[in-house]
Amino acid sequence: MMRHLLSTRDLDREQAIGILDVAEDMAQTQHREVRKLPTLRGKTVVNLFFEDSTRTRISFEAAAKRLSADVINFQAKGSSVSKGESLKDTAQTLQAMGADAVVIRHSASGAPQTLANSGWITAGILNAGDGTHEHPTQALLDAFTIRKRLHGDASRGHDLDGLNVAIVGDVLHSRVARSNVWLLDTLGARVTLVSPPTLLPVDTSGWPVEIGYDLDEALATRPDVVMMLRIQAERMHAAFFPNAREYARRWGLDDVRVGRLDPDTIVMHPGPMNRGLEISAGAADSPRSTVREQVANGVSLRMAALYLLLSGDREDTE
Amino acid sequence: MSTRIVLQQADIGRALTRISHEILESNRGPDDLVILGIPTRGAVLGRRVAHLISDIAGTPVESGALDVTMYRDDLDRNPTRSPAPTQIPVSGVDGKVVVLVDDVLYSGRTIRAALDALGDVGRPRVVRLATLIDRGHRELPIRPDFVGKNLPSAQSERIYVRLDETDGVENVTIEGEDA
Repeated sequence: MMRHLLSTRDLDREQAIGILDVAEDMAQTQHREVRKLPTLRGKTVVNLFFEDSTRTRISFEAAAKRLSADVINFQAKGSSVSKGESLKDTAQTLQAMGADAVVIRHSASGAPQTLANSGWITAGILNAGDGTHEHPTQALLDAFTIRKRLHGDASRGHDLDGLNVAIVGDVLHSRVARSNVWLLDTLGARVTLVSPPTLLPVDTSGWPVEIGYDLDEALATRPDVVMMLRIQAERMHAAFFPNAREYARRWGLDDVRVGRLDPDTIVMHPGPMNRGLEISAGAADSPRSTVREQVANGVSLRMAALYLLLSGDREDTE
Repeated sequence: MSTRIVLQQADIGRALTRISHEILESNRGPDDLVILGIPTRGAVLGRRVAHLISDIAGTPVESGALDVTMYRDDLDRNPTRSPAPTQIPVSGVDGKVVVLVDDVLYSGRTIRAALDALGDVGRPRVVRLATLIDRGHRELPIRPDFVGKNLPSAQSERIYVRLDETDGVENVTIEGEDA
């Protein structure tokens, strides 16, 4: 079915729902006595992380191990990359070691695409976040989580038609936001980006979104989902807002704003959270928060992605 | 290419009724029975067998579906399969008499996968196998306990089971060069 998973923009509605449905099946197996499936026995999954990440790497590692694949973790820090090895040489090394799938995180937008199209390596490529481009499995697990809250065990086959989603915060640096914009649009949801003007990309004219600059205005339209983004201080080399307190006051989801939400509006955050900055502790720990569900669902979703990439006759599919 | 109908709707009904009686007979009643169908069509047949046994015995027997996709040994050789939901009765399968139900028994590899999948769900006391069609050509030491119809076939022939719930029509056909 799929050769690589590089961005959510490439997915059509049917493919996206297909991945979410397989993730449902994977989630179901995680309640069993034995949670490990033999499906990818003998396959090797390499986690190739050029950027720091704990939760995404652990999530992919857990997913691969639950499917019985062998996992090799490759951290760029302290590795041959810090000695100056190029992406090409790294890829060819992994190819020589017989990697079947490469989960890559890289600070350069498009690095996974390069790896997939280069011919350096025949493995399936999974984008685990590239620069400020995309983070497709995060968006898919977010969609999965929304669907699960709406439909429970009867989620299979459903899209997110007619849902109002507000994505709030540091859109400029967020690959999570970009992946979500495309996927939510494909699944039929309406997306509003809410952010200080300085934290929006220069040109969003091609994006299927509405833009707002005022959080209270956006929340007054009673969105079904409020997705908070992390302020990515590590990518900010200029002053995008006067100070943290002002940001929290104007764009943070604090206890007062949470209290005004509709009872069934859900609050999401991809983590890690800056408590007290973009989201208050009260909001993060409230019953409407899906933060912990997102982490649990992430493993099921990544199992689905690895299964769809690694099963099937790869030579015949393309 | 020729197509021959080997079972009509009424034949399928009779075969399932007989299998249901045989299951009850061999188990000496409905106690501890759990009927698990293998998706897609085995799950449909499993539901029907469970209904029939419940009717005959006058007491409901537990049933469900057991997806084996993730346990197959041929995932690399075929296009990607989409898994189907597994439904196990809430009381589980530990210590129960599980009857696996499939539509066509051929190489036996699906059943091998089913046994592995079942092992991850629990530990039944006994596992039995019921199949609507046994077409032979086993590649593993697996044999059915209850068979609707033995259908000797050439490996070049194809056997199609169609059921109301999944296909809108109901019959079993065999297709081959000159069947």
